[in-house]
This record gives sequence, structure tokens and C-alpha cells, in this order.
Amino acid sequence: MENKTIPRDHILEMRGITKRFPGVIALDDVNLVVERGEIHAICGENGAGKSTLMNVLSGVYPHGTYEGEIVYDGRPVEFRGIRDSERIGIVIIHQELALSPYLSIAENIFLGNEQKNGIVIDWNATNVRAAELLERVGLDERPETRIADIGVGKQQLVEIAKALSREVRLLILDEPTAALNDEDSAHLLRLLKELRSQGITSIIISHKLNELLSVADTITVVRDGHTIETLDSHGAEPITDERLIRGMVGRPMDHRFPEHTPHIGEEVLRVEDWTVHHPIDQARKVVDGASITVRRGEIVGLAGLMGAGRTEFAMSLFGRTYGVDVSGRVYKDGQEIHLMSVGAAISHGIAYATEDRKRYGLNLIDTVQRNISAAALRKLSKRGVVDANAESTVAEQYRREMAIKTPTVSALAGKLSGGNQQKVVLSKWIYAEPDVLILDEPTRGIDVGAKYEIYVIIQRLADMGKGVIFISSELPELIGTCDRIYTFSQGRVTGEVAKADATQELLMTYMTMDKDVTVR
Amino acid sequence: MSTDLNLVPTGGPLTKNSSWRERFGGLGGNARQYGIFAALVVIILLFQGMTGGRLLYPDNVAALINQNAYVMVLAIGMVMVIIAGHIDLSVGSVVATIGGVTAISIHDWGLSWWLAVLLALVLGAVVGAWQGFWIAYVGIPAFIVTLAGMLIFRGLALAIVSQSIPVLDPTFNGIMANSLPNFLGRLGDADILTLVIGALLILTTIWAQMRSRSALRDHNLAVEAVGVFVAKIVLAALGIGVVTWLLSRSTGGTPIALAICAVLIVAYTFIMGRTVFGRHIYAIGGNRQAARLSGVSTRSVDFWIFVNIGVLAGLTGVIVTSRLGTALAAAGNGFELDAIAACFIGGAAVTGGIGRISGAIVGALIMGVLNQGLSIMGVDPSWTQVIKGLVLLLAVAYDLVSKRRAGTQ
Repeated sequence: MENKTIPRDHILEMRGITKRFPGVIALDDVNLVVERGEIHAICGENGAGKSTLMNVLSGVYPHGTYEGEIVYDGRPVEFRGIRDSERIGIVIIHQELALSPYLSIAENIFLGNEQKNGIVIDWNATNVRAAELLERVGLDERPETRIADIGVGKQQLVEIAKALSREVRLLILDEPTAALNDEDSAHLLRLLKELRSQGITSIIISHKLNELLSVADTITVVRDGHTIETLDSHGAEPITDERLIRGMVGRPMDHRFPEHTPHIGEEVLRVEDWTVHHPIDQARKVVDGASITVRRGEIVGLAGLMGAGRTEFAMSLFGRTYGVDVSGRVYKDGQEIHLMSVGAAISHGIAYATEDRKRYGLNLIDTVQRNISAAALRKLSKRGVVDANAESTVAEQYRREMAIKTPTVSALAGKLSGGNQQKVVLSKWIYAEPDVLILDEPTRGIDVGAKYEIYVIIQRLADMGKGVIFISSELPELIGTCDRIYTFSQGRVTGEVAKADATQELLMTYMTMDKDVTVR
Repeated sequence: MSTDLNLVPTGGPLTKNSSWRERFGGLGGNARQYGIFAALVVIILLFQGMTGGRLLYPDNVAALINQNAYVMVLAIGMVMVIIAGHIDLSVGSVVATIGGVTAISIHDWGLSWWLAVLLALVLGAVVGAWQGFWIAYVGIPAFIVTLAGMLIFRGLALAIVSQSIPVLDPTFNGIMANSLPNFLGRLGDADILTLVIGALLILTTIWAQMRSRSALRDHNLAVEAVGVFVAKIVLAALGIGVVTWLLSRSTGGTPIALAICAVLIVAYTFIMGRTVFGRHIYAIGGNRQAARLSGVSTRSVDFWIFVNIGVLAGLTGVIVTSRLGTALAAAGNGFELDAIAACFIGGAAVTGGIGRISGAIVGALIMGVLNQGLSIMGVDPSWTQVIKGLVLLLAVAYDLVSKRRAGTQ
């Protein structure tokens, strides 16, 4: 127990931070106080504003792009960029590691901060100092080893060694254990405690509540851009994961959901024991024995936190577009099918509308019309020649019926707003006439009005007898539209909840469940 | 298609916003295309002045077409490769190898001219399949595969054609030397067949433009303002008319090379604009991942693009051998660069997804006119290269700057 007579010493205070993006307030009057020498955890749902807050703190969003004040070491600070915050000892380690794969560990540690004599790099000093740092973080590798030759867990430690080389005093880790196995995670958490004893303060963002509870001195819960509460794990009442979940959810069921009576028919898709390995870290199971069923006319939600494996599940199902060493069985209308390519998936009536429409969903430099027809040109062509008139008619029909706001269907897809781009992606897949439609975060980044329209579209699709799989990070949206919800956690299906039983607390409990416990 | 989806009942008719920009949206999209045509006209007029009118002597126009047919044929294949996001550095060497085999097949094996041409095309397809295999199915970047091809096929050409191989078949040599037979005779000093072809071309152009405009209109799509549309047709008719008139007064009339190029241009414009294959090329160039996730078989498209440019390189082998009347190991040297430059001058995007057959052809003509004009003026060929290089650089720079200004990049 700390000596309570010493006045509390804040290394960091963020006061009244408000950060706006066009059309969204990501952070609304957020306050965060971090004590010197503690491990401070931040938890919250996807999109709650955790990463935005850390980007404000580290200068990724420079001073002037947000409102509010940052006080570090008792002095107000204004960062113009990430270099400014690094200079005074704040280092952020992002989920996607920023290491150069074909340089050595030592070179990476001193990248941008080279050990040199005049203009010549001093390789002796580089390697000797790197070896010292590696020992400090408990990484048993030679400094000359290439980054590409070590696993993600070790790479994470290299990032920390790099931070230590820059005299870090406040270390921020964004989802550091999301990609790590249990052993590497445990090592990392031990290291954080060790660094704490050396006087280094850490802020850790994580979805893994057990981890947070085991390592954090203080936990701040963030929801919808607000700090909800800050809990002291050394206080009189111990913090439990139920307590955290209560803080994390409770997002208001603010937007309306269209009324809908489902007409549920026969089973259309059944996936059994689906297992997918990570394409690079091939020993890691990204999806682990997942089984789901979907019936005609049914909207089935997939809930899960970041890294739970929902997108990977969907993409590996859709013609093996993700992962390696995929195993499991798929039944369509009771018949086993094998979906080895996207073409096969489409011809078996399965469609997947991606969460990343700019990268995977659209050809931004081509027209709306050609994007809509892209997955079903076969329907619009005879002997390989596209019927341009029929194509225009189809595109025009979807523009009207989906209310796509574009001057004409010959406008470039890249010029449309997010919600309208999403409608183009949906149109493309609806026109392909699938029996099962997998929608991955179809409402991400679009405004409330457009969201409502997307819900209506989803319900109409179900009413047309299609099975809809709806992947979303917004629990109210899943509860408001789905007939049944599966929860994913760490690659496994951890729960199956009927609409009548679905509450945000229940879903979050399943979503944060460790992999050894499976509730059915 | 189910007749009435009506997915969003709330989605009523959209308010038609008819700002200037949207009205002229059709022109905005084609501005770059018109710019290229304008640049060609300006360059022609410039050289016409600087050469004292000699550039457009009827026989010089015919020669211009014959001398640049190879760039046009290769640029057609190359622009498809570039739209798909690849590059082909090997075509010059392939031209030499296939030209050599063609000459041998006539000179040593006594093949008839049409069998020799067929052989060249088949060999081109085989070469294309070879390179397409490595690119599409093994996944080696096209730059590397075709760089290797550049060395391999230049080496093979040197091995096959140790010294020049003469081709003595008059029909084969006539492919490039002759013109379409002027069986309609001459009207004054004008070849009637050429005039007839020109007139038909003008009528077809007008008809096709009107048809596509009315189709756009039927589907409620933006059309160009009437003035722009009429001006476009008049200018196109004028352009065809001038070329027709000049050619009809040349010694031979319409060169066969021009007929070959014209057929290819029409056919490939159709393929790129109207077929599923063409659509898939644009789709994988614009966003390969999205195309794959839309069910486009990206590998097979990549493969066939290279088979296609192989066939066109085979045809170019025929054209070059026919024009020279002999096969040389050094034939086709630098052709790949001419073709690539034509595509980029013609507005193809370095990153893929954007480009047109017509643009590549105009790019090829710009290079051709530069060559011809500078050579008539007696400029040293080394300076011609410098000027061509600068034109390429400026064309792409103009493209990037104007895109950045439009905020699309």
C-alpha cells in the first residue's frame, strides 16, 4: 500500500478535452488524471474514444485541433506533433507496431535516434546499448536479429525497449496484448509492473478485463466520448469485471430502430467448427472452432470486441479471403459446400459486404454504376458483352430505391459520402441476389439518418427470405435489429443470445469472456 | 431481377441539383481526353508551320502512319497492361524474336505469307502465356518478369538472326508497303476509295455519338451541353475529313497499315468499353482487393492481358519485318518505351485503373508527329529523344497537377 500521507503527485492531467471530427464528437469534455508511477488502465467499447484520447495526448492530433488542456509534470503542454511529446518522455505504442521488418532489433531501437560518432553510425555503441535495453525488457535475442525473424510478442518488447532508449516516463500501450498469446501477454504485464517499480508510468488500453484487473492501479472507463468513472483498485471495495462492464455499456438506445416482425424459415447456412489461423503468425488461431447457424428471414448478429475474430470469420468463410489453414464445415440448405474462391461463394449465394469499403469494397476511381454491377456482370452480359443500357437501368433503380445521394450514377464512387458509399456496396451485393448476406459493420462512420435507412434495408432483405449476418460493434444496434446474437471472444463463439434476452450487460459479459470458459 | 425492391420507402425523388459543375460533369470527366486531342492538333499545326507545310504533304502523312503503326499496335496492348496496374518491358525484344522467326519461316522453310503471319501471332500468344504465367500464377511483379523477358527474347533474337534475314515474299512485304487497292479509280488526283472510307467514317462517328448521347439521356445521366456536343462532332468530322483528303491525294491512297490500326482501335475500344473482360481490367486496376472480393478472377485477367499483348507484339513483329523487308536482331529496340510513353502521354494513370485506347493512340500519334516533324526539320535524332522525353515528363506532370487541383488525388 502506498503511503497516503504524501500528497498525490499527478504526472498527467487532461482537462476538458473535446475532439470533433466532421459530423461526430469523438471526445466530449474528457478529464483524465494519471498519478506518477502507476499503471493506469483505460477501458471501453470499440469506438468509445480511447484511442482518440491517446492520440490527443501523444500529439498525433496537434494542439489546436482539439479543445481543452494537457498538463504534464505540472506544466501545460502544447504538442505540434508526436516528436514534441516524445521529447519530454511520452511514448505511444500502437496496436500496429511501427517497426521496420528487415532492419535489426538494434537498428529499430535507435531508428531516428542513431548512436553515432559525427556522421558515422557507431555500431558498437548501437549493439551494446541495445543489448542492455533488451535485457531490461527481458528479451533474449541478439541485437543483430532481424525484426521479421521474431514473433509479435517479442516485437512488442522491442517497441518497449525503443521507448526506454528515449528515456520514456509515460508509456502508452494501445491494446498491447491483442495479438499476443497467453505466455507473451503474461510476460508483458510482468514487465509493466517491473517498469513501474523503476518509476515509469504506464497507460494501458485493453479489452481484456482480467488483465486490467490484475495489473492496473487505477481504471478509467470511457463510453461514447465521455469519461464515466475512475476506479481505484486499491480502494476499499475491490473492482470486479461486472462493475467494469456496467460502466462500459449502458450506451443509450438513442437512435430509433424500425419496427419489424421477423418471418423466420428454414436453416439456410450452418457453419461448424470453423478454425482459421493467422496468415503470418501461423500458429495463432484467429478463429477457433466457431459454429453458427442462420435461417431464412433471420437477422443474426455477431458481437465482439476488436480482435475477437468476427471479420476474420466472415472473410475466411467468403472464399477464403483471409487466413491460412482454414478448417471446418459449411452447409447451405443442408448440403455441404466448399467455398474455395470468391467466385464459388457468390455462385453458392453468399455475399460479404466489407467493413473497409474504401480498401475492399469499392473502386473509388470508377463510377457508381460500374461499382453496383461489379459483382454480377454475368447477369448483365451476353457472351461477354455488357449490356450498357440494362446496366444503367439497374444502377438507376438502385439509386432511387436505396436513396443513394449522387448527382448521377456516372459520378465517381470516391466522391460520395460514407453513407452513400455504403449504400453502393450494399446495392452491389443485393443485385448479386445472394441467399446469405454478411454485412460487416455496415453502419460504421455514417450519420444517424443513413443508419436508419441501412436498418430498413437489412430488414427488407430478411423479409425477402435471405439470411442476414450482421457484424457490428455497436451493441444497441445489434439488440435493436437482430433476431439472435452470437458473441465472439478471442476467436471463439462464447454465447448465443435470443433477442428477448439480449441486454448490453449480458452481451458484454460474453464478449469479455476468457477462452477457457465457454457458455452455451 | 425482382421487379420492385423498393427497399427504402422514404427515398423519394432526389432534388435535382443543377449547378454548373454537375451540368458539365460529363465534360469534366472527359476534359483530359479533349486536352490530348487539342495537344495533338497544336503540335501538328506547330510543325506544319516550322516545316514550311511539308509535314502534311500527302505522302508524308502516309509515311507517318506507316512508320508509327508499330507504336499504335503496341500501345493498344500496353495501355491494357498499364490500366491493370502492370507494365511490359519485353515487347521490343519479343518483336525482334518473332520478326526473326517469321523471316526464317518464309526464307528458309518456304511458308506462305499468311501462314507466316499466323505463326507470328501464335508465337506471340505463347510468349504472352509464358510471361502471364509467371505474373498471374506465380505472383512475380510484371516489372521483373518482363525485364527478364526483355533480356531473354533479345538474346533469342540475336541467336536466331545472326545476320539479317531478307524476306522476298512480295505479298508479305506489301503489308506495309502497299495501300488498299484503289479499284474505284481516281477523281482528279484523289483516290475515290479513300474518300468513300472517310465519308463512311464521318457518318458512323456522328451516328455513334448521337446514339450514345440519347442512351445517356434515356437513363437520366449527365450529357454534355449541346454546344460542346456539336463542337465535338464538327471537330471530329473535320479531323477525319482533313486526314481523308490528304491521304486520298497520296501516291497510294489508304495505307494497309492504317486499315489494320483502325480495325484494332475499333475492336479494342469495344473490348475495353463494353465487355466483361474490359470491365474487369479497369476493376482490378482501380482496386485489386475490391475486385477480388467482388468475384473477379484477378489471376486469369492478368494472364490474358499478357497473352493479348504477346499477340499484338507478334503482329508488330510482322509489321516491322514487312516494312524493312528483312529481319534484324536489333529490330524493335526501344519499342517498349515508345509504347509506354504513348500510354502515359495519352492519360493512363501510373497507379492503374485509368486509361483509354483512344488516349494511347493519340499519345502514339503525338510521338510520331514529333519524330516526323523534327526529322523533316533536320534535327539531330539525339535531340529528338531529348524532346520526346521532356514531352512525356510534362504530360504526366500536367496530369498529376491538374488532378491534385481537382482534389481527386
